[in-house]
Amino acid sequence: MDLLGKLEILADAAKYDASCASSGTDKRNSLGRDGGIGSTEGMGICHAYAPDGRCISLLKILLTNACIYDCLYCVNRRSSNVKRARFTIEEVVTLTLGFYRRNCIEGLFLSSGIIRTPDYTMEQVIGVARCLREEHGFRGYIHLKTIPDADPELLAEAGKYADRLSINVELPSREGLGALAPEKDFAGIRRTMGRMRLRIEAGRETSHTGRRAPRFSPAGQSTQVIVGADASSDRDILDMSTNLYGSYGLKRVYYSAFSPIPDASAALPPKAAPLVREHRLYQADWLLRFYGFAADELATDAAGNMPLAIDPKLAWALEHRENFPTDVNKATREQLLRVPGMGVKSVDRLIRARRFRGLRLDDLARLRLPMGKVMPWVVTVDHRARGLDSVTLGKPAPQQGELLL
Amino acid sequence: MLAHEVDWGGWRDAARGLALSDVSPDEVVWSVRTSSDLFADADTEDVRTPRPGGAFTVPRALVGLAETVIQAREPERFALLYRLIWRAHRGEKHLLEQTTDPELHRANRMAQAVRRDTHKMRAFVRFREVVENGATRYVAWFEPSHFIVEANAAFFVRRFATMTWSILTPYRSAHWNGVETSFGPGANPAEVPDDDCLAEYWRTYFSSIFNPARLKISAMTSEMPRKYWKNLPEAAAIPELIRAARGRVDAMVETPVISAPKPTRRFEQAAPRPSNSPLARAKAEAAECRRCHLWEPATQTVFGEGPPDASIMMIGEQAGDHEDLAGRPFVGPAGQLLDRAMAEAGIDRTQVYVTNAVKHFKFEPRGKRRIHARPDTGEIAACRFWLDIERAEVAPKVTLLLGATAARAVLGRAVTISRERSRPIPLAGSTAFVTVHPAYLLRLPDEAARAREYAAFVADLRVAALLAAA
Repeated sequence: MDLLGKLEILADAAKYDASCASSGTDKRNSLGRDGGIGSTEGMGICHAYAPDGRCISLLKILLTNACIYDCLYCVNRRSSNVKRARFTIEEVVTLTLGFYRRNCIEGLFLSSGIIRTPDYTMEQVIGVARCLREEHGFRGYIHLKTIPDADPELLAEAGKYADRLSINVELPSREGLGALAPEKDFAGIRRTMGRMRLRIEAGRETSHTGRRAPRFSPAGQSTQVIVGADASSDRDILDMSTNLYGSYGLKRVYYSAFSPIPDASAALPPKAAPLVREHRLYQADWLLRFYGFAADELATDAAGNMPLAIDPKLAWALEHRENFPTDVNKATREQLLRVPGMGVKSVDRLIRARRFRGLRLDDLARLRLPMGKVMPWVVTVDHRARGLDSVTLGKPAPQQGELLL
Repeated sequence: MLAHEVDWGGWRDAARGLALSDVSPDEVVWSVRTSSDLFADADTEDVRTPRPGGAFTVPRALVGLAETVIQAREPERFALLYRLIWRAHRGEKHLLEQTTDPELHRANRMAQAVRRDTHKMRAFVRFREVVENGATRYVAWFEPSHFIVEANAAFFVRRFATMTWSILTPYRSAHWNGVETSFGPGANPAEVPDDDCLAEYWRTYFSSIFNPARLKISAMTSEMPRKYWKNLPEAAAIPELIRAARGRVDAMVETPVISAPKPTRRFEQAAPRPSNSPLARAKAEAAECRRCHLWEPATQTVFGEGPPDASIMMIGEQAGDHEDLAGRPFVGPAGQLLDRAMAEAGIDRTQVYVTNAVKHFKFEPRGKRRIHARPDTGEIAACRFWLDIERAEVAPKVTLLLGATAARAVLGRAVTISRERSRPIPLAGSTAFVTVHPAYLLRLPDEAARAREYAAFVADLRVAALLAAA
């Protein structure tokens, strides 16, 4: 098979992984004496957007889509009839450098089906990263998918070359993983994440002599979970995320709405999970991490789910009207963060601005707040939200969730 | 008059001179020399502004803002910036923090637009490879909305320092020869070569990474507006991808399930050599322990470790954050303190059996951290099953109980440390000592108290060591 054919198969096989971040690593460039190619400057760059609205920042491919595992949700599982292909290490390096020189990508996100053994597969993946870094002086971003059962020493080597490592929890529950991915080991995945956190933290330390610890995945670790392939509720998923962020210091949990794959297994739901559920989970994830919300404040319906038709912060505010209206000139940062329509950045700008004058509606507009969303909840010098009880505030029409698909 | 659209030096000198001469913003008209004489005599006398001496200071952040805003397309930017400089110069405090001030707001909006354009240029410039006389050169055509090429060139230098490249735009072109940057006049797209050999590969990648089941066109166009498409080789594939998406998804959903799962063929990992020692068996079984609910949020069971014939056994409260991640007891901050104290007391840790009363970490998740929670009596009782096996198998001469939880687990009653500390308590086949948990030492806020308590802790360890050696 020619290289173009392989690229088609192995990019197609990689598209179910949502992560594309290229941010948060250490700063490097190719100006110095050592030359090489590439740079990273903290902020990631999205070089293109596909018609699915997802950013393309990294060359996201599998080394091979052959796999000895049989995870039912995965298009590359052993029992699937998809066409198989395998890149050589040199081919991945050539494509990465070629695209990088043309400014198409920030770097490489390499994953792989498991062939022969986890250790063998991990060695191949590391081989690509080593070749890019050591033979070509590549200073762009590298994200490697780690394989849970691989030798911890291989993990250490992967962390030396990678900016980010990730390992997918795949399903929110042990039971779900047991049913859909019988060969994956829930506890083993968590043990690996624990080991990675210890190494990542050790890599950030400087000894008392000022010597830097050996580099280890400076942009941290992340994971992905498939939403809607098993029976887990939003609450189950958010509890899991809370646990993962706290336990393993993850940079991100990516939520991927289960979407139909070619040659699907009968054990899976027949249709796609609503993308809007995935969207609500991302919103809730942000609320957990940056807005001081807890999972049990958000997923509160009888089944432990969030409403699909309105965003989780608005849903919370509607259930807690007694906390409003909020006076933007007096409220604490924590209170402001709970006002629908207010983001972390606008809250911080608002707090800075109100030190100099009492804020009016005009000021809020200049802070670029969505006025329609914010006004029913706030008090300014010249505005007081009246009787929230009489306001419907976009209360959902029943069944709207399906329509939003 | 400024030499060109982003004549930062010219504008700065003029603004400084004008402000020092008390020329109010209403009296100044800013203009830029037209392109016809752009490269004629850039640094001649045109800037007819006074150049008085004197100190001129404005906030550094305002200078940074001005450097960005001057790249904006709007002709009024020079006057707007001078008004802000003027206000700062006249003593207006906290100007930059008044984010809702109309003039500052306008400037911030311009800066934002420039930053966005800058970012889009970094994202959407596409180089084509040209081989001329055996040398490889990379050339790109880009149409920025603002005057950002000069300031942005440095980014491409840092990234592509070892390549030779040119970025051509309608108003200016930037060149890097591997050593230095140079700027030339605007160009036209015809000067850029057609797609090179890799363009087809990039289009293929773009098409293959797209998931037709998730068509979200507006999400794409809001980040990659159509005005950029004509210079992106991959954009040619977009219309067909959108058109065919629905049919591809329907085909996936309607196609009946083809394949049944094949029998599992899981490779076997090199299994740890089966050990018949009761301690090793207990450790393996404890890894799957469900005797209380603490296993569920935790990473793993943290079983005791050390020689099975150790004469000293140390029992702590429970696995902590680090222990949970590493799978070994006493490796976190408290463990490091214990190591230090043991070394001072002349105890070799490798000769001690170290374990915990509760073998899972009990915690409350709090953001990026886990806050230690004290195990309750039910959890201590449930985990005693494993502790009893460890104590029976190791049968130590001395059992050191670090803290109240360990004391409760072994002695079966509530223990006040201060009352029972440092005196031998007879156990069946062993002698118990109660002392503090090293984590307690870490929590003491007062340095003097910490030193005193640490010394007492080391003294307790010494006694235990003596007794074990006797």
